[in-house]
Amino acid sequence: MTQLGWAELQFGVTTIFHFFFVPVTIGLSFLIAILETIYVRTKNQVYRDLAKFWGHLFLINFAVGVVTGLLQEFQFGLDWATYSKFVGAVFGAPLAVEALAAFFLESTFIGAWAFGWDRLSARAHAVAIWLVVLGTSLSAFWILTANSWMQEPVGYAISHGRAVMTSFGDILTNPQLWVEFPHTELAALLTGSFFMLAISAYQIWRKKNVEAFSRSFRVSTIVAAITSVLVIFVGDAQAAHLVKAQPMKLAAAEALWNTSSKHAPWSVVATINAKNHTDPFQIQIPELLTLLAYKRLSGAVEGINQVQAQMVHRYGPGNYIPPVAVTFYSFRTMIFAGTAMMALAYYALYLLRKNRFTQKRWFLRILTGAIALPYLANSAGWIMTEVGRQPWVVYGLQLTAHGVSPKASVSSLDIELSLLGFAAFYGAIAYAAIHLWKKAIRQGLDPDPDFEQRAGEPKDLLFGTGGVSD
Amino acid sequence: MWLRELWLVLVGILFTGYFILEGFDYGVGMLHPFINHTDGEKRASLSAIGPTWSANEVWLVAAGGALFAAFPDWYATMFSGFYLALILILLGLIVRGVGIEYRSQDKNLKWRTTWDWLIFAGSFLTTVLWAVAFANIVRGVPITAHKIDVGGFGSLINGFSLWAALTFVLVFLVQGGAYLAIKGDSRSRKQGRRVAGKAAWPAALALAIWFVWMDRLPSSAGHVDALAVILQVLAVLAVVAGWLSGYFTKHAGSFVLSSLSIASTTFSLFRILFPRVMVSSLNPRWSLTIYNASSTTYTLQIMSVTALIILPIILGYQTWLYWTFRKPVKDEEMGY
Ligand code: HDD
Ligand code: HEM
Ligand code: HEM
Repeated sequence: MTQLGWAELQFGVTTIFHFFFVPVTIGLSFLIAILETIYVRTKNQVYRDLAKFWGHLFLINFAVGVVTGLLQEFQFGLDWATYSKFVGAVFGAPLAVEALAAFFLESTFIGAWAFGWDRLSARAHAVAIWLVVLGTSLSAFWILTANSWMQEPVGYAISHGRAVMTSFGDILTNPQLWVEFPHTELAALLTGSFFMLAISAYQIWRKKNVEAFSRSFRVSTIVAAITSVLVIFVGDAQAAHLVKAQPMKLAAAEALWNTSSKHAPWSVVATINAKNHTDPFQIQIPELLTLLAYKRLSGAVEGINQVQAQMVHRYGPGNYIPPVAVTFYSFRTMIFAGTAMMALAYYALYLLRKNRFTQKRWFLRILTGAIALPYLANSAGWIMTEVGRQPWVVYGLQLTAHGVSPKASVSSLDIELSLLGFAAFYGAIAYAAIHLWKKAIRQGLDPDPDFEQRAGEPKDLLFGTGGVSD
Repeated sequence: MWLRELWLVLVGILFTGYFILEGFDYGVGMLHPFINHTDGEKRASLSAIGPTWSANEVWLVAAGGALFAAFPDWYATMFSGFYLALILILLGLIVRGVGIEYRSQDKNLKWRTTWDWLIFAGSFLTTVLWAVAFANIVRGVPITAHKIDVGGFGSLINGFSLWAALTFVLVFLVQGGAYLAIKGDSRSRKQGRRVAGKAAWPAALALAIWFVWMDRLPSSAGHVDALAVILQVLAVLAVVAGWLSGYFTKHAGSFVLSSLSIASTTFSLFRILFPRVMVSSLNPRWSLTIYNASSTTYTLQIMSVTALIILPIILGYQTWLYWTFRKPVKDEEMGY
């Protein structure tokens, strides 16, 4: 594999890994904030215990999110130095603002929250977790401002071979940002709620603290029911936006080689022959692609071959077609996972209203397994977004191949060695996190014997997050 | 145009904040397996840095972001040029952060000892490699006319950078000891005092030698002015004064003084560099400076307004955090 290939692989692997943890951080902090607010309002101790239980799982997750994010911040300079010089004046700004406006907020108040059960009043403690929610969401907003600019460059000029910022306002009102941010934020809330729903279902299934976990089951079902619908709505708007913004990505996501008729069908599955530019086998739903792209019943969607010809005309000779099969299947994976989550959330809601969810043991089992769905959908969504933009790293401005660090400073071997290091370390911390999650889940709301209490210790040490001082 | 100077100062402040705050976190991490014997002691010393280590690390993230936005060529050249060293720093930070959060969550002895050593290794490696990186920024690395560092990992290892590593380790041990002396439980307070006391003199000596060496580097010729020397002298004296202050059992004073020493060291380094930000050992004219490595005026203006609004707010709530958790860890009571 080439130096470029290794750099891409390293970026993909480390970023997907970071994004296993990020949505749980954003979503779960929101759900914990709800539980804690209920506690402050009702003074019902169960909600405090629940906030602590979920807080414990949250902190295990957060630690990995933070340390993997650290790498992300430096990754652009490490492997993509030429890209960094080209875009720094534009792309660097939201990144810097993210650190100042979001990371400080989030990490300060997470520290205060984790160690402040006894130091802060119940109300201040709840405010702390809401500030964490604000911090994590701001963090998503700023990094997606940067990412949206790579998808759809706005507010810039090219000067001396570099992108320079001409309008910060344009960058903040980028139309791509205002579909991408809501979609990702909602996806994160859905992820958090499925995380809570799946584990609550598991606890109810094995009859552990059933009364308490029924409450988190209820809260997470309601949030999941709302966000699963909204995420699909916004996703649909995003696909419609691609028609104008990145027609090649949409065509690739549909494996649509040639421009469709005015009544384009939507492929549920297809086999793809990228060499001959054909799809030998397809199962299709009539009219659906037109509807997806235009929200009306008539309209042709441009095909890969036609967009390729336009791009050659515009940017000169070259291959502007992304890996079609990857883009197509990752889009399908996201949509099927999303639809499945919506169905599960509404069935859970139905059972909740009939008050029968504790008896449907088979359904509790399914919900437990459904914890994989948001992870699948998130990774697939990003793979579609990023792979579908190829061969560009900044759409229409810089090719990925032109963004990589110079070989004279970063050799292929350097990247291979570091990738090996990251693979080993990430594997080990994922193992450790899963080990601790399992242990905490097995424990339920009971005290953890590994946190041996000593004379005079407050009960809060239960989850390893109790007060430090006084 | 003063915007670039302003951003150099801001980057300097962010790195200074990082070295002061993570200086004691790394110091505590390096001491962790050695000064603590029972498990309770280990938990107490980790609890002393528990609520704040993650917020402290953000100073580094912010420094990285500020570099990217304000000096893209510096960001790109330094991180690609110091590739393997930075990868090792990141790996160190990864195991260290996870270690602090995870070690006490399982009673298994092997689990705990493994993380104890990883916390040590991560803290030590990070300290050493940042020292090596900054030493080479001043000493010079082979940067070509195209702003590409062609040196590789081997070029970073030299007498001056290794001496810097020794110096940083000693200074961070003083800083970590001084922090424990005010924040630990009663036993780790005693241990911290002992370590800070023992490491102070070697640290002052190592710093003094490093500064003399730095001032005589070929790359420093013509850049060492009175201000740089004053900062260097201040850095050395602050360590000594910190020791004296500890001797008179003013531990908060010791900690403030060792923080002052770190701040003076960082600023003297930036002062000697100025207006360069990375020295080229191939040709002085190929050095990166705040003029040829910076972003555009418009970006700097936007960033300045943002930073001037947000920084006071950050300082406000970080102060609140330290105030809320100002009391030392009580004996036998710990979050980790
Ligand atoms: C729980 C996660 C989740 C779920 C259920 C969905 N998505 Fe999604 N999707 C994401 C999580 C996600 C994501 C990982 O967050 C992405 C990557 C970039 C982005 O904006 O969000 C994404 C990207 C993304 C894009 C690419 C945007 C671009 O390249 O500009 C489109 C067109 C859609 N989604 C559309 C959908 C549709 C039609 C869905 C209907 C079921 C759907 N998504 C469900
Ligand atoms: C929002 C912040 C993000 C930014 C600024 C960003 C930036 C980039 C950059 C610069 C590249 C080009 C390098 C390359 O082609 O390998 C890239 C590619 C890639 N990114 Fe992203 N990315 C972001 C989010 C994500 C997320 C969250 C994921 C996955 C979960 C992801 C997955 C990928 C993958 C798989 C590639 C490789 C594409 C290929 O190999 O063709 N990205 N991204
Ligand atoms: C490639 C692009 C990315 C970069 C450079 C990046 C950078 C970082 C950094 C430096 C941290 C650690 C902050 C700390 O020390 O507290 C972090 C954590 C975080 N990042 Fe990312 N990140 C990227 C992708 C993303 C994406 C796509 C999102 C959300 C949509 C995101 C959201 C978050 C959140 C919420 C955290 C909080 C900690 C946690 O995840 O548990 N990041 N990121």
